[in-house]
Amino acid sequence: MSSTVAPHAAAPRPDLPATDGHAVEPRENYLNVDYGWKSWLLSTDHKRIAVMYLITIMFMILVGGSFAILLRLELATPAGDLLQSETYNKIFTMHGVVMVFFFLIPGIPAVLGNFLVPIMIGAKDLAFPKINLLSYYIFLAGITLTLIAVAMGGVDTGWTFYTPYSSTYANSQVALAAIAVFVTGFSSILTGLNFIVTVHKMRAPGMTWFRLPLFIWAQYATSLIIMLGTPVIAITVALVGLERLFHIGIFDPTYGGDPVLFQHMFWFYSHPAVYIMILPAMGVMSELVTAFSKKRVFGYHIMAFSTLAIAVIGFFVWGHHLFVSGQSTYAGVMFSVITMLVAVPSAIKVFNWVSTMYRGDVWLTTPMCFAIAFLGLFTVGGLTGIFLGAMGFDIHVHDTYFVVAHFHYVMVGGMVTAFFGGIHFWWPKMFGRMYPENMGRISAAIIFIGFNLTFFPQFILGYMGMPRRYHFYPEEWQVLNVLSTAGATLLGTGYLLPMIYLPWSLKFGKVASKNPWGAKGLEWQIDSPPTTFNFDKVPIVTEEAYAYPEGSRHQREAEVV
Amino acid sequence: MQTGIPLFPENASTFATPVDTLYVALVLVSIVFMVLIAGLVIGFAIRYRTRPGSEGAKQIHGATSLELLWTAVPLGIVMVIFVWGTKVWFQISRPPAQAEQYYVTGKQWMWKIQHPTGQREINMLHVPINQPIQLRMISEDVIHSFYIPAFRVKRDVLPGRYSTMWFEATKAGTYHLFCAEYCGTKHSQMIGSVIVMEPADYERWLSGAVAGESPRDQGEKLFAALRCDTCHTGLQGARGPDFKGLWGQKVQLSDGSSVTFDEDYVRESILIPTAKTVVGFQQLMPTYAGQVGEDQILSLIAYLKSLSDPAQGGAKP
Ligand SMILES: [Cu+2]
Ligand SMILES: [Cu+2]
Repeated sequence: MSSTVAPHAAAPRPDLPATDGHAVEPRENYLNVDYGWKSWLLSTDHKRIAVMYLITIMFMILVGGSFAILLRLELATPAGDLLQSETYNKIFTMHGVVMVFFFLIPGIPAVLGNFLVPIMIGAKDLAFPKINLLSYYIFLAGITLTLIAVAMGGVDTGWTFYTPYSSTYANSQVALAAIAVFVTGFSSILTGLNFIVTVHKMRAPGMTWFRLPLFIWAQYATSLIIMLGTPVIAITVALVGLERLFHIGIFDPTYGGDPVLFQHMFWFYSHPAVYIMILPAMGVMSELVTAFSKKRVFGYHIMAFSTLAIAVIGFFVWGHHLFVSGQSTYAGVMFSVITMLVAVPSAIKVFNWVSTMYRGDVWLTTPMCFAIAFLGLFTVGGLTGIFLGAMGFDIHVHDTYFVVAHFHYVMVGGMVTAFFGGIHFWWPKMFGRMYPENMGRISAAIIFIGFNLTFFPQFILGYMGMPRRYHFYPEEWQVLNVLSTAGATLLGTGYLLPMIYLPWSLKFGKVASKNPWGAKGLEWQIDSPPTTFNFDKVPIVTEEAYAYPEGSRHQREAEVV
Repeated sequence: MQTGIPLFPENASTFATPVDTLYVALVLVSIVFMVLIAGLVIGFAIRYRTRPGSEGAKQIHGATSLELLWTAVPLGIVMVIFVWGTKVWFQISRPPAQAEQYYVTGKQWMWKIQHPTGQREINMLHVPINQPIQLRMISEDVIHSFYIPAFRVKRDVLPGRYSTMWFEATKAGTYHLFCAEYCGTKHSQMIGSVIVMEPADYERWLSGAVAGESPRDQGEKLFAALRCDTCHTGLQGARGPDFKGLWGQKVQLSDGSSVTFDEDYVRESILIPTAKTVVGFQQLMPTYAGQVGEDQILSLIAYLKSLSDPAQGGAKP
């Protein structure tokens, strides 16, 4: 713990601020400054916008998660007895669309990024606060369009919208869903633009590039990918919409188009999109591991550069989704070798996080439990990505449950675990309250076990040959599917717990001090919750990120209840 | 519902062992890394846990030699995997010359198959054991994917373009055939069986099945029925090119470029005759789009191919 917080002498009362001696009525902050509806809906405060994103995205997790539970219930038996095939197909499509475009991609940047980017670099707000609000409303418009598409019958193309099925054959709300994705893209682009300008222009005096927390490097690299990639997906889905409405002949061979062209354009964005999801998660990881090991990050520079390397190399691997689609063998070989290369910076990061724990002072708080879960799950996801990059192996498991398991390990095991870790880490900062620590640890453990039980059997199913997006499946695979469904139930419970005790803590949680974890970083030097302009006076940065002194030890203030 | 959890699909083609070997190697490498990382994380979390009297964090900025080590070792390993995976790929993607040609047409939601000897079947594929077999595949609507897990092969079946895959079955039995690319409502019921038979059993099956004509003979009849032979007479001064001995040759086009006379070119020329006109000929041919189905085009191709095959009475190229 740093010098800003005095050690607690007597047992603190839960309704009183634990350490910094303020009165019961907390000082004015961004939350209590105004309670009117308008003051929220028209706010240009990056913190309030982050909170609005948080609520919206939590709602989308519930929507996407309910779809997932329906899918797993259906798959508990080999026959398609719970749902019609048409319905099943619509549900897996909507599960993918909702989770990818409205949770995995915006999750960390829009919530934690919005809240923390200005604070971590010592700024009052983002460079363009009004554009930030605009991007939230564009996001909301995208969600509204998606929900209208669902209400009007849903979409059944899979979240990948492969042509010519999507452009000519599907009898569902493809055009509307395409418009929804198109619109949502602009929200990402504006957020990315905002972050890039903010990091370039608004850093506090002394905050040089190599003093930036790695979370900022991750947001910066992600924003670059968003700016370069998102226009391509927007154009691609727009072309699908146009082909559907006017038969313009881009993708459907009946009109002279090329269906594989769609796959190239789609994955040119959607592979980098994997890094849009995982890089911010890696940024969160660096913050968690350093804070709870009381350590400088092991190899700061290589961590920053590997983030950029992933962002750049990630643009040249999209063809690994087309190994069996009919792209030329030599294109395949190039994509395979580059896919292998992109695994290296990720491996470096994992080893550097592990080394950061070495000779640290490791405190197993809830966020740290999530960080450790991330290390386990992301490593499995990353390793199986190498399996899939090997062309001869990919032929067999392409489009099977092996792929489903792999990307859930990366996206859910990686991004979602880090998202929950980050939410728990910065929750006291965002809302000024502590949640029950042991509940947090228990839910991290349930999520870890439930996750493995859900998705590990799917690797075996995939190798056995079970294709993805199958409503019916042969009987001999029921045991593994039942295991997976049982795991999903446990996993769902694990995710529901924080959704109960976190809101509960807003009213009943112990009041948080400025720095309950004793962490470094500008966000921990200001009030919890921060005031509207974050800093009373512009901070001057004089040290590196994570400059924990030699021999630092945790005071474990957060555990005192 | 059977008990016990199987880990491998049946090993029923020449590809199964190479793919499984690569898989086992990958699993072993993964186990080594998982044990290493999990061991270190758990070990550090226990050994260096914060507690009264813990010694506190020792600040270490990094260690270039270690970082080089864990850049180089993973790099080396993934490069070995890349080379290995690519070798297996080449084995799976290069058919031997003596492979028998079977035709596959996919449509929502069934597989139509035709044997070289003319037998047709739906959602079933009977093949002889120990015989390389190549499938020439096309879709009549959306993208499908022909997948036989027991053989470890899969290939997308596209509309408007031929794709091929090959295999050699090594074990008699009945195996799953799946569509692996999502293709609409009944995607999960676009399934069937591949039945691998001893050569004698296969012959017996062939003679028992409704034989029909071979694709080549059907193609010859179609060629006459569609009046292709009024222009493609095979004589000097005909209005269309002579096909004898042309298969697999480079053909000069009127725009100066050239194209190989193969399945894709023939198919395109039947549907869009004006796309690539052979040099010295006028654009007189009408389109046959809408008049011939994918199955018929495959028959015409079989016929044209036979015109360059001395064994079937064709001319040497
Ligand atoms: Cu990818
Ligand atoms: Cu299908």
